[in-house]
Amino acid sequence: MKSSIVNMVLSLGIITIAAAAILGGVYSATKGPIEEAALAKQVDAVSAVTPAFDNDPVAEQTLITPEGEERALKVFPARKDGKLVGTAVESYSMNGFSGEITLIYGFDTEGTLTGFEVMAHQETPGLGEKMGVWFKPAEGEPGAEGRTVIGRNPATTNFTVSKDGGDIDAITAATITSRAFLDALARASRANQTYVENETGAVPAAAVTGATPKAAQPAPTPASEDSVVVSETETNTLVKAEP
Amino acid sequence: MSRNLRILLNGIIAENPTFVLTLGMCPTLGTTGSALTGMSMGLATTGVLICSNVVISLIKNFVPSKVRIPAYIVVIATFVTVLQFLMAAYVPALNALLGIFIPLIVVNCIVLGRAEAFASRNGVFPSLLDGLGMGIGFTLALTLLGAMREFLGSGKIFGLEIYPESYGSLLFVLAPGAFIALGLLIALFTKIRTPKAC
Repeated sequence: MKSSIVNMVLSLGIITIAAAAILGGVYSATKGPIEEAALAKQVDAVSAVTPAFDNDPVAEQTLITPEGEERALKVFPARKDGKLVGTAVESYSMNGFSGEITLIYGFDTEGTLTGFEVMAHQETPGLGEKMGVWFKPAEGEPGAEGRTVIGRNPATTNFTVSKDGGDIDAITAATITSRAFLDALARASRANQTYVENETGAVPAAAVTGATPKAAQPAPTPASEDSVVVSETETNTLVKAEP
Repeated sequence: MSRNLRILLNGIIAENPTFVLTLGMCPTLGTTGSALTGMSMGLATTGVLICSNVVISLIKNFVPSKVRIPAYIVVIATFVTVLQFLMAAYVPALNALLGIFIPLIVVNCIVLGRAEAFASRNGVFPSLLDGLGMGIGFTLALTLLGAMREFLGSGKIFGLEIYPESYGSLLFVLAPGAFIALGLLIALFTKIRTPKAC
């Protein structure tokens, strides 16, 4: 077809208007299901990581800003018969191998980790991607003892990779991701501590402290009763090579 | 062989988009970490390819030649965005797995290449067959490459363990392994396709 200014404007105009109409239609048709899918994912993750509850943690969520940070974390309280049995905390880390990692961690009222779910990440497939299974191995799996984080309490466990002197074995060939995972865990743990303090007035056994850029110390402290230092922040920014 | 069958097979063997035309290398290298992601990417591209080929062959007589490229790109981008909405709504896990590579189908050379080289010169039905054939060829290539990398890298195919993961070679999980595996597969495919040439 020969091109003239009139038919060029007309044909492109008609095509773009038709495209816009189709996109508008599909957008409004899928808007509901997309929101439902995102919500279902959050609800599933929250109920997977917390002890049994009978309230609606997602509806009761509050925002807690851990001390010394700007970004607030979502805290989902899990209650049974009106009593707080644990929390789920949506945390993040910017120290991953590529981009932000978002996870949901579950804690009981003592601060012990009851579970976690990976929500979003861009880690290397086959390496850092494995964090979702690596840190909660099935019982009896070889090496399970060194790498599981479930059922451990920050009061008795040094939540740092063993390479940095901690108690957790890093994912093979994905130490950066492992440090980021524990960084997010530390952040979630602090938010959980703040929430439980506000809620009950009691201080839980301990929370994982540290991971603030300046306070991080490379030297691991022996697991004292009230503080455990997580020191991945500095090392991660310096060494950005994986494996 | 009938003409239609030849059009269909053209995309799978004679002009396989990955092994012969070597088009669309970005998703080929980027999404073949496992057989499943490779296959999903291939199927998503196939869907877009069929729809865009059909629509472009329908509108080819109404689009002035000077604005045909922007017109085709608008058509392709529309289908890709629709696909993205549908995947986010109904298969969110797969959508998260393929991530940025779904919107990147817009700039996949195979899609615009077939629109320009085939759909804008042929009728609706042959264009549909061409899109289907090219899509199957692309899907097969990505699945094969994904399976090879997954097998050599982590001892699995489609998540089924064949040998313990610790014996796998990390190289094939990462990008360099994608290039090596692709090179080997192209050589093998060329050998099979043209036995006398080499």
